[in-house]
Amino acid sequence: MISVNNTSFRYIGASSDVLTNVNLQIKDGEFVAIMGENGSGKTTLVKMFNGLLKPRVGSVMIDGTDTREKSVAQLSRDVGLIFQNPDHQLFAETVSEELSFSLRNFGFNEEVVKRRVTNILTALDLEKYVDSSPFVLSGGERKRVALAAILVWDPKHIIMDEPTIGQDYLQKDRLRNFIVQLISQGKTIVIVTHDVEFVAECKPRVVLLSKGTVIADDAATKILTNDELLAQASLVRPQIAELMHQLPISGKTLDIIDAYAAREFLVPKLREAVQTSGHWR
Amino acid sequence: MPAISARNLSFTYVGANTPSMENVSLSIEKGEFVILTGPSGCGKTTFCRCLNGLIPNFYSGEVRGDLLVDDVNVNGKSTAELSKHIGFVFQNPENQLFSLSVERDVAFGVENLGIPQEEALERVKWAMKSTGIENLREKAPYELSGGQQQRAAIAGVLAMKPSIIVLDEPTSFLDPRSAEDIVGVIAKLNQELQLTTLLVEHRLDIVSRYANRVIVMDKGKVALDGSPQAVYGDQARLIGIGLPKVTTLFHLLRRDGFPIATNPITVEQASSELRKVLHQ
Repeated sequence: MISVNNTSFRYIGASSDVLTNVNLQIKDGEFVAIMGENGSGKTTLVKMFNGLLKPRVGSVMIDGTDTREKSVAQLSRDVGLIFQNPDHQLFAETVSEELSFSLRNFGFNEEVVKRRVTNILTALDLEKYVDSSPFVLSGGERKRVALAAILVWDPKHIIMDEPTIGQDYLQKDRLRNFIVQLISQGKTIVIVTHDVEFVAECKPRVVLLSKGTVIADDAATKILTNDELLAQASLVRPQIAELMHQLPISGKTLDIIDAYAAREFLVPKLREAVQTSGHWR
Repeated sequence: MPAISARNLSFTYVGANTPSMENVSLSIEKGEFVILTGPSGCGKTTFCRCLNGLIPNFYSGEVRGDLLVDDVNVNGKSTAELSKHIGFVFQNPENQLFSLSVERDVAFGVENLGIPQEEALERVKWAMKSTGIENLREKAPYELSGGQQQRAAIAGVLAMKPSIIVLDEPTSFLDPRSAEDIVGVIAKLNQELQLTTLLVEHRLDIVSRYANRVIVMDKGKVALDGSPQAVYGDQARLIGIGLPKVTTLFHLLRRDGFPIATNPITVEQASSELRKVLHQ
């Protein structure tokens, strides 16, 4: 359980808070997307989950322990944070070194290290790069190495900052399936993102931040169809939500944000229309 | 005279066993707005690196075939020479901005062209106006939002008056509203200046409406090349291109047996087609 209680934060020397009185509870096994405009405080918030930043006011509790009572190294065992820019994280000469480093630090024996590294590289379609330098890989691939380097020690809570940037369609699809798999293993997944189409496909719980405050906390279908909230957070409706909004159909169209739900809703309506007129149009 | 013309262009990076790009032949006319897309590793970045001479000047390997930019054969040209013809904008504007003021950043490239200072100043002013950032000239780049930074990066390229602009996922770091906004700026410049535009992009939802043409690369080759409506079909889906969601919805409806002839690429096209059916 990640629990943020009446938390405010400001950077040293800054004149105003980046986060103001944030309250947020994330249960084990939940999938949450933190969304909001650039500079809304999303990254600052998740940096508190592994103790990189400590609150100025209020508290952040991880599984019942105040983050101020533990070091980042201790917290990281349970909270894996994957940075937006993989280059802030990667340092080793080969992908396998990168992944083994933390495991050795945590005291796993070599056999376990080897097995875990192999497993995670296979899961993320990176096995062919095991002996490559992370720095010759493409941006999208480096991002996956950074993800693998955290997942390899099997943290309970996994936080990903903008995981879809630079990923092509197939990789995003793979990421989505991977997240589903992690949730089914009981992991908590928190993503920071402004990729509305990705959120529309995954439908996590959405926590919406604007100017350092939580302005909404609800299902993706509710938030991504609420124009007022979207405008405040500099987001837009996903394409399908916009389409449904433009159609002259009353009723439950408001909750539809992805193509499959739209199809399910539209097919009977279109069948009826075609039957009445005898042709498509 | 085409803006870009490639004939049987191939490239193999040093140390690689297989070419990253193989026998690419294509020609882009002046004023076109072209989306270049394809899965990671399809060769699109390699193609772009050839356009401004980063290949072979900075990335070594074996080049074959011919590439003309603005009728200039890139073979043997430096990246600096080519930058007069072709400007580049990258994913993360922070990597492109480094001066103390926006105006200094926008001026950086053009001042290195060796043109009279007065003309350089004129161009900087014009470029800032064209991208809508003339009120930000005194600001430091780090004071700007991501969208404003990307406008500044585009202005810096524009001031060099290239005839071609290549943008590599220019919106991926921006929030959706800023992203739509930047794509709008790019489309406006394309229209008003007849600036040949090559946009490398995965997120086809927001850019397709502006493009007259989409080139899909796969495994180092050009797999599809045509209008968005023509390209966004079954083969593109097989290659693994993230088609606009309305295009996907219509594909699903066709599979359900509805005889839909149109292939919408924007919300407006999809909604207009559906409204005609629902209203009859």
